[in-house]
Amino acid sequence: MNITLLTSEIAIICLSLLIIILDLLLPRFETRRSLGYLAAAGVAGVFAYTCTQYGVSATVYQGLFTLDSFALFFKQIFLLAILLTLLFSFDYVEGLAKYQGEFYALLLLAVAGMMIMASANDLLTVFIGTELMTVTFYILVGYQFNSSKSSEAGMKYMILGSVSSAVLLYGVSWVYGCTGSIVFEQIAKHANTSLGMLFGFGLIVAGLFFKMALIPFHMWAPEIYEGAPTPITAMLSMGSKVAGLAVLLRMVFIAFVPMQAYWGGIVSIIAAITMIGGTVIAMWQTNIKRMMAYSSITQAGYMIVGLLSADASGIKSVLFYAMLYMFANVGVFATIIAVKKHHGSNEIKDFSGLAQQSPLLAVVMTVSLLSMAGIPPMAGFAGKLYVFSTVIEKGYLWLGLLGFVMSMISVYYYLNVTKVIYMNEPCVQKEFIVSQPLRIAALISLLATLWIGIYPGPLAELANTAARSLSIL
Amino acid sequence: MDDLVYTIAFYILAAITIASAIGVVTKHNLVHSALLMALCFIGISGLYVLLQADFLAAVQILVYSGAVAILIVLGIMLTQRRSMENTNPNSGWPRGAAVVCALLFVVILIVIAATPWHYSSSMAAQDTPSVLARLLFTDYMVAFEAAAVLLLAAMMGAIVLAKGGEEK
Repeated sequence: MNITLLTSEIAIICLSLLIIILDLLLPRFETRRSLGYLAAAGVAGVFAYTCTQYGVSATVYQGLFTLDSFALFFKQIFLLAILLTLLFSFDYVEGLAKYQGEFYALLLLAVAGMMIMASANDLLTVFIGTELMTVTFYILVGYQFNSSKSSEAGMKYMILGSVSSAVLLYGVSWVYGCTGSIVFEQIAKHANTSLGMLFGFGLIVAGLFFKMALIPFHMWAPEIYEGAPTPITAMLSMGSKVAGLAVLLRMVFIAFVPMQAYWGGIVSIIAAITMIGGTVIAMWQTNIKRMMAYSSITQAGYMIVGLLSADASGIKSVLFYAMLYMFANVGVFATIIAVKKHHGSNEIKDFSGLAQQSPLLAVVMTVSLLSMAGIPPMAGFAGKLYVFSTVIEKGYLWLGLLGFVMSMISVYYYLNVTKVIYMNEPCVQKEFIVSQPLRIAALISLLATLWIGIYPGPLAELANTAARSLSIL
Repeated sequence: MDDLVYTIAFYILAAITIASAIGVVTKHNLVHSALLMALCFIGISGLYVLLQADFLAAVQILVYSGAVAILIVLGIMLTQRRSMENTNPNSGWPRGAAVVCALLFVVILIVIAATPWHYSSSMAAQDTPSVLARLLFTDYMVAFEAAAVLLLAAMMGAIVLAKGGEEK
C-alpha cells in the first residue's frame, strides 16, 4: 500500500476542510474573498506538486486506484480548470447572498471527485468518484437562492442525474454478474461478448454519456447550463465532461477490450448525431450560456471521435483536445462573467460594444470562440487536426468530413458573437470594470490558446506520454 | 425438503417485493407509496437472507426501511397539506411510458435468457461482517474514504439548500 499516491486528492480535501473551518472563524460580515485566494493558492500548490509526479506508475492496494501519467494529465486539466475558474469567479461569489465559504469548499470537493475518477481502476471507485462530483454539482447548480431558474435547474439536474447514476450502477451490477469482478484488469481477463456483458457495458456507457452530455443524453444540459451560477456552468462544461471522458477512456481501453468490435459503430453514430445536433441547435440560441451548452455538446462529440481509433495516437488526440478545450472555455466564461456583472443578463446582445469597453476581453472571447471553431492559428485547429486525422487513418473518412463540415458551420454562430462584440455600439454607457484576477485568468487562457495553436509540440509530447502510459494495446 | 422450503420462500418474498414495488408507482397517495416502499425494502432484505448475506440483510432493513422510508414519511409530514389525495400523480403519458417499460422488460428478459451464467461453486462466507470490514479498509479503502467525503459534501449541501431561502 502506498498512501503517498493519494497526496494530491488528500491535499484538495484538506484544503476544502480548512476553508470550511476558516469560514466559521471569520467574522460574519467579513468578505470571503480571502478564502477564495486561499483556495486558488492551495490549488496552485497542488498543481505544482503534480508536475513532479510524471513518470510514476503505481497503484494503491489491489490496483483499485492507480496513478500513471494518464491520470496525472487529467488531474492537471481539472486543477488548472478549477484554478482559472476560481480566479475569474471571486467577484461572482462575492455577489452571492450567503454561504460564500461553502461555495469554495464544495467546488474543491467536486474537483476531488473528478481526480478520483481519473485514477479509478475499478467500477466501484468510478461510481463513488462520479457521485462525489455530481452530488456536489447538484448543490452548486441550485446555489443562487434568489433565482427560481437556478433552483429549478438544481432540481432537474438532481432528478436526471440520479436516474443516470442508477443506470450506470445497474450496468455495473450486470458486468459484475458476468465477469465476477469489478476491477478493470480482472474484467478484461474474464470478458466475453455474451449478451449480458454487452447489456451491462451499454448501460455503463449510457450513464457516462449522460455526464458528458452527448446527444441523445443531452436533454439536461441547456437548461442546467443556463440556470446554474456561471462558475458552475464553466466547471460543468470543463470538469464533468472531461472527467467522464477520463473514465470512459480507461474503461474502454483496459476493461472492455473485447467490446471494441461493437464499439465503433455505436460511437461513430453517436458522435455524428452529436456534432450535427449540437451545431444546428446552437445557431438558434440568443442566450450565451445556452449557446455554450450546445457548443459544449458539439465539442464532446468531437472528443469521442478520437475514441474510434483504438490506439495511442487516438487517445493522445483526445487528451490534447481536452486540454485546449479547457483553456478556450476559461476564456469564454471569464468574459461571460464580466459582461453579466456589467449588464445583469446573459443575452448575446449584451456583448455589443465589448470591443470598445474592454478590448482585452473582446480579444479573449474572439480567440476562445475561434479556437472552439477550429480556425488556425488557434489551438482548436491543431486539436481537430489530430482527432480527425487519426480517425481518417482508421477508415472513418465520412466522420472526418462530417466533423470538418460541422466545424465550418459552427464558425457561423461563433462569429455571430464576435460580430456583436465588434460591430455594435455599446448599449449601456457606464464604466466597464474588469477585476485583476479575472484579467489574469483571461490572459492565461488567451496565451495558452495561441501558444498551443502555434507551437503544439510540447503539449502533444505530454499527451503522447500520458496516452502511452495507459495503452496496453 | 430444504430445497422446497427455499423455493417457496423465494417466490413469496419475490411476489411481495414486486407487488409492493408496483404499488409504490401506481398509488396516488404519497403516504401509501412510502409504506409500500418500506415493505418492498423488507422483501429485498428477505431475499438477501436467502442468499446467506446476513449482514447485508440487516443493513438493508436498518438503512432502507428504517432510515430512508421513515425520512420520506417525515418529509411528507413537514410539508403538510390538507388532503393526501393525488399527491403522487401518474405520469401524464401513461401509454408511452408503459410501452417503453414493456420494451425494456422484454429486452432484459431476452438478455437474461441468452447469457450463459456461471454459478459459483464456493460456499457462502460464514462471518460476513468481518470479511466486509476487511475489504472496506484494505482493497476498497479509497472508495470508502471518498464515500465519507461524499457524505460530508451532501450534508453541507443539505444545510445550505435548506436554509438558503430565508433572509438573514
